[in-house]
Amino acid sequence: MNSKQEAPERQDIEELLPWHAAGTLSRRDAQRVEEALARDPELARRYALVREEFGETIHLNETLGAPSARALEKLFVAINAEPERRQVASLNLGSRISEFFSSLSPRTLAWSASAAAIAILLQAGLLADIMLKETKTSAYETASAPTTDPGVGAFTLIRFAPQASSDDVTKFLEANKLSIAAGPMAGGLYKVRVAVTGIPKGEFARIVKKLQEDKVVSFIAATE
Amino acid sequence: MQTTSDEVLISRIAGGDRLAMQVLYARHHVRVYRFVLRLVRNEATAEDLISEVFLDVWRQAGKFEGRSAASTWMLSIARFKALSTLRRRPEEELDDETAGQIEDHADDPETALAKKDKGSALRQCLTKLSADHREIIDLVYYHEKSVEEVAEIVGIPEATVKTRMFYARKKLSELLKEQGVDRGWP
Repeated sequence: MNSKQEAPERQDIEELLPWHAAGTLSRRDAQRVEEALARDPELARRYALVREEFGETIHLNETLGAPSARALEKLFVAINAEPERRQVASLNLGSRISEFFSSLSPRTLAWSASAAAIAILLQAGLLADIMLKETKTSAYETASAPTTDPGVGAFTLIRFAPQASSDDVTKFLEANKLSIAAGPMAGGLYKVRVAVTGIPKGEFARIVKKLQEDKVVSFIAATE
Repeated sequence: MQTTSDEVLISRIAGGDRLAMQVLYARHHVRVYRFVLRLVRNEATAEDLISEVFLDVWRQAGKFEGRSAASTWMLSIARFKALSTLRRRPEEELDDETAGQIEDHADDPETALAKKDKGSALRQCLTKLSADHREIIDLVYYHEKSVEEVAEIVGIPEATVKTRMFYARKKLSELLKEQGVDRGWP
């Protein structure tokens, strides 16, 4: 291949050098550039110039400082003046799945899996118990299993701290006589039953405050 | 450590989650600010603009489809706002400011001394490039945007992105040569 034939290819590769330095080329293009750099010393010399520019551009931008807190304050003043909007579902199933899993830390995820396994075992036990009872009675029963009313009691929404282990969460639930009524929901929240009956507002607020102080809890709010 | 992706944050913002907005802001505001500052060359204006950029993110989050990176989307908004501001700004104000900035650098004895240093000479020349050339160099080197992403932000074909970057670099070399730094290229 003579130099005239090489020139357009060198020009083509040379135009890609800035992106090669920044690491934003596709694997295929990066490979092309690497091969050209290996066989063309002049191109390699020019690549060294690109790397200088790359470094100094970062240096220059890093000296530009950062905006003051005023920008954030101004933003939230404007946001608070916006009309309130209802919570809407995520754009698609993929985002929702991504949203759900991203809300869980690896430990919480592991804990959720354990909780799910325990729930399956409990359900199996409950079904076995019902079947055994059925053999003992001939009285009429509805098709649904007998349960306590899930809507009765005092509830909170809790998000557990990402660093909390399953042991920490179990101990926390036991120590405070709590049970999980539902969850995990969006944002990694669990609906937790604080009492099986309704309790006075002041007493409920005191319990929520006490639970909030536990390191296992990253977020807590009273709910219906 | 696990972090929530920008896409997830934006879907939460679409639902009115202010905490997600704070997280997204904390993650991107410095880069967006620097991008805008390099275009408008005025700190107060740049600060005002980033509030506006993120307010647009708050308002438009429901329309974000995730086809491009969130940072690319935000830089596109930032660019549009910066250019609109520049168009509104009186011509003479712009000229004075630009001239002032160049003069400040040139008259600074420290800078004059530092001209001997290739690095500072390069940085000084980077500030003297035209807005189009500054922008493309920043997007490629500092904001680490691919050819496709730059094309999307700037609104030009990919082939033009490559040639504009090439000419921006060429101009940089010419400016350096005027300062006595010959790079042997182009």
